[in-house]
Amino acid sequence: MNFVVPDFYPAAAEIFVAVMALVIMLASTFARGVRWLGYALTQLTLIAAAFVTIFTMQGEVSYTFSNLFVSDLMGQFLKLVIYFSMAVALLYGRGYLADRNIDKPEYYLLALLMTLGMMVMVTANHMLPMYIGLEMMSLALYTMVAFDRDSGRSTEAAMKYFVLGALASGLLLYGMSMVYGATGSLEFTGIAQAVYNQAANQTVLLFGLVFLVAGIAFKLGVVPFHMWVPDVYQGAPTAVTLVIATAPKLAAFAMAIRLLVWGLFDLAAQWQTMLMLIAVASIVLGNLAAIAQQNIKRMLAYSGISHMGFVVLGLLAGVVDGDRHFALNAYSSAMFYAVAYVIMSLASFGMVILLSRAGFEAENIDDFKGLNKRSPWFALMMMFVMFSMAGIPFFIGFFAKLSVLQAVVAAGYFWLAVVAVIMSVIGAFYYLRVVKVMYFDAPEDTSEIRAPAELRVLLSANGLAIAALGVAPQMLMSLCAYALLASL
Amino acid sequence: MEFKTFVFYFLAVIMVVAALRVITVRNPVHAALFLVLTFFNAGGIWLLLQAEFLAITLVMVYVGAVMVLFLFVVMMLDINLDRIREGFWSYLPVGALVGVLMLIEMVMVLGGRYFGLDAMPAPPAAQAGFSNTRELGRVLYTDYVYPFELASLVLLVAMVAAVALTLRKRRGVKYIDPAEQVAVRREGRVELVKMAAEKE
Repeated sequence: MNFVVPDFYPAAAEIFVAVMALVIMLASTFARGVRWLGYALTQLTLIAAAFVTIFTMQGEVSYTFSNLFVSDLMGQFLKLVIYFSMAVALLYGRGYLADRNIDKPEYYLLALLMTLGMMVMVTANHMLPMYIGLEMMSLALYTMVAFDRDSGRSTEAAMKYFVLGALASGLLLYGMSMVYGATGSLEFTGIAQAVYNQAANQTVLLFGLVFLVAGIAFKLGVVPFHMWVPDVYQGAPTAVTLVIATAPKLAAFAMAIRLLVWGLFDLAAQWQTMLMLIAVASIVLGNLAAIAQQNIKRMLAYSGISHMGFVVLGLLAGVVDGDRHFALNAYSSAMFYAVAYVIMSLASFGMVILLSRAGFEAENIDDFKGLNKRSPWFALMMMFVMFSMAGIPFFIGFFAKLSVLQAVVAAGYFWLAVVAVIMSVIGAFYYLRVVKVMYFDAPEDTSEIRAPAELRVLLSANGLAIAALGVAPQMLMSLCAYALLASL
Repeated sequence: MEFKTFVFYFLAVIMVVAALRVITVRNPVHAALFLVLTFFNAGGIWLLLQAEFLAITLVMVYVGAVMVLFLFVVMMLDINLDRIREGFWSYLPVGALVGVLMLIEMVMVLGGRYFGLDAMPAPPAAQAGFSNTRELGRVLYTDYVYPFELASLVLLVAMVAAVALTLRKRRGVKYIDPAEQVAVRREGRVELVKMAAEKE
């Protein structure tokens, strides 16, 4: 019985957010009448958590809680982006929720607990916290999708998401149990050690690996585990779609890095082949299916599938014939892509929210008709977003695609890069169609765009950031590379 | 055959059959009861593995609490089974093909070759005074305190979610809160209006 009290310092941000979640719950229970309290406290918590994370940042990798928790630069960087995207998503969504009378403190409490779940995933060094964090995030998300209880479509989307998510969790757990059976360790560093020493049974390990990859693929929303994406994106209230399409992708990316790169790096040759199939299928199917969509939320869902395919493309270019020189470049390009996608995704769903109002959902591409005549400024912002997603120079999306493709070519998968480029060109069609509709069609709906001032200001900033980061992508890129360098 | 092996096969056969019955019986109440049987036998197998505490917890928590609650829910809901079974036969060929293929693949990996006693030798038997419960408690509150606390937060999420999704105030109901009724004061109900006396 020699137990040392763990060092709480590296986990300060997680503890802070957990305590604040409880405080918000009590505060909004006892001050039921103050409607803005839950929202304001949640935003304050997210901002304060960012400061806590920055102040407790350590350059080197440190472990605590009996090695179950890891604090490293990659985790801290991803946590900061997660706070940022959650704060922006909640701000965008607030007016939308208030219009539909679902602007309740419970919603913000669940959003905060979901943030905590993602933080736990990002900092997990063990299968157990990884799984618990994943469940915390997913359970909160299922509820948020169903939050509009009177909407049949939301309930259906939540049900689909819940059932498929539970199945994916089951697959992931099964894979974890197999890896545990083969290596005798649940800790990522311990698993890596056992695989390196060849102490583990290869067949059992591979069997588990298949299930792990399936679980990660579901959370990323890539083919063939993409079925839930369009239905859930379309059915969920747009404010919740905004949340699903942003921060959880970063958490899933961190999960892929921790499970595959930290834990099973010596099996890279095997999981890279699996990821290759996933990436090609996602990019092809995502881009082709998006062309046929009339609903912009569905279109963005399929475009999200193809974007996640690009992230996977970056993940699979790390090791060539046992040579690990490409790893840093490849994974940092994937991370840069994920962050860039989050920024673009925030703006695109933000635009859908901007055009929606009480009793009206601007969810069809036709609702964007003639936006230039109604509001030239926001038409310009939407054009930035669409150009960036299509990968047109010089927006951030272009550099994201470029860096991933560079990594893929460097790893020698020339044909993969060719497929990705061809599909991106095909994909440009549906992004440009939105631009065409905005600028060249007559507006059907000439009502004035009424949206809160903070949404207008932040959405403009978001659109401009896509352009500005496209002019100077180097900083964000080197930040990603630097964060990963310290963690690999 | 050793007696322990016999007990294992006895429990395992009942468990597999009961698990199959859960998804094949027509009556949902029977399905829930078969699930109880499955859990009970799983508990028995865990006992054979010398995990006494887990076995008893499984029976107490799952059989005693979760499944009883589940039974209540099943009895309360009026589930239309015919609609659930719609399309069963048209999906069966593809489903069965995929299922059988997966089963064969899994048996190939999970068979005795990789999981037999040669590949994974049994751990040495615990001493007579070894307490499973005590060991679990020791690691749960020390090494695994982090996931333990996180699990409590997951339960909190579930609680908040359940309340947020199901608690609703109905409008237009003539229900009167007794507490409010008792707390009524004269000032709330009677208003004295002073007015000048009217002359005819």
